[in-house]
Amino acid sequence: MRGNPEAHQLIAPGTLSAVIAQLARAPGEWTPIAGGTELMVAHAAGRLTAPKLISLWSLPELSFLRVTENEISIGGGVTFGQIRSHSAIAADFPLLSRAASWIGSIANQNRATIAGNIVNGSPAADAPPALLVYDAEIELISQRGLRRLPYADFHLGYKRSVLMPDELALALHLPRRFAKHAQYLRKVGTRKAMAITKIALAATAIVENETITEIRLAAASVADRPIRLTATEAALIGKKLSSNTMREARKVLLNEVRPIDDIRSTAEYRKHVAANLLDEFLSELAIDSTHEGLSA
Amino acid sequence: MSASQAQIQLTVNGQQASVDVPPMKRLLDVLREDLGLTGAKEGCGEGECGSCSVRMNGELVNSCLVPILQAANARIETVEGLAIDAELHPLQKAFLECGGAQCGICTPGMLMAATHLLAHNPHPSIEEIREGLAGNLCRCTGFIKIFDSVIAAAAMGGNPTHAR
Repeated sequence: MRGNPEAHQLIAPGTLSAVIAQLARAPGEWTPIAGGTELMVAHAAGRLTAPKLISLWSLPELSFLRVTENEISIGGGVTFGQIRSHSAIAADFPLLSRAASWIGSIANQNRATIAGNIVNGSPAADAPPALLVYDAEIELISQRGLRRLPYADFHLGYKRSVLMPDELALALHLPRRFAKHAQYLRKVGTRKAMAITKIALAATAIVENETITEIRLAAASVADRPIRLTATEAALIGKKLSSNTMREARKVLLNEVRPIDDIRSTAEYRKHVAANLLDEFLSELAIDSTHEGLSA
Repeated sequence: MSASQAQIQLTVNGQQASVDVPPMKRLLDVLREDLGLTGAKEGCGEGECGSCSVRMNGELVNSCLVPILQAANARIETVEGLAIDAELHPLQKAFLECGGAQCGICTPGMLMAATHLLAHNPHPSIEEIREGLAGNLCRCTGFIKIFDSVIAAAAMGGNPTHAR
């Protein structure tokens, strides 16, 4: 433990309105902390620079899970433990359930929140690829009011986002229209638990008469932020599922991804594996479509 | 800069406790330094090794990642609360009988993670045991004896509900 607890203030106002009022009084002065799975690691290592922290842990207004006819809304303070044990999420958004189940360990899942996973802004984060291929929307709250935008527009760059210093991520909203989609998510890392992603690919698609009529692809650790692979999607949409289509899509993907070398992997490896994951998904899709069963 | 102290009440193994500490002090350090409960260990200090595992309001957590202010009014269970007087918990008996503990550093965390697992799933499969303990690292046993211990404890009736 190299951090000094006496070097940081931590307050817990206890209600969401009190927290956003505090943020509004001095935007940027207070750093929100939820389950601490990121900031407390920095604290222990002596790397936590924020002098003033404000606790969001167990705020009831951020801890809701709401299922309506058209969408499932997940409060920003919901933990991955709660997400993976939620039956409606497992039924409608199995990729998100699966991502939740391989975040850290059980102890981490009991503390790590979905909003924390997003606002922390890591390109390797586990939840974002699933959220991107489900067309999730993110709702932000501040004393100025609420705003809701496509999650795909949230990240602006490495650890940069549209979140203003006085705002919090209130909720993620997932539209319930993916029941008929073929779905895919694979994370490549050193071990199942605890390992940070070297590369991950998520996908949802619909194939009709062997033609791809809808496809969404998203990846982690291939750019400075979690991204949709829109160029690769464009190379696939409206195409017959043939080996030629797959070859072409692979080429486009290799140009579209911009991974880096770091302590976990190399750019070259990440590119190749990303392309291999796409091949794997498209091969599954081809097999499923010839059997007319579309659930992966 | 010095932050003010916070007066924190919490329940540890059924006993009321009150501490006056900086609010960013880690639950792990409060347990060890302020309450004298040195069962939970610091291994990595970053939530990777699980040797500081305790239960907070019935959920398994890494106590090195919990600022004490977030444990205010919480119910904390540590390895010290497993045995009832001289009677060992079935998991502790099983760890002794099966060689699930060697150097002992990971053992308190393993016991708490296993307690948490059996509380939710009294008869886990080997896969479920592996997942339930995946956040707890051991450098002695090679894990197999630990998995055997959990299987043996489950067969012994696993996880008696504590009255407290």
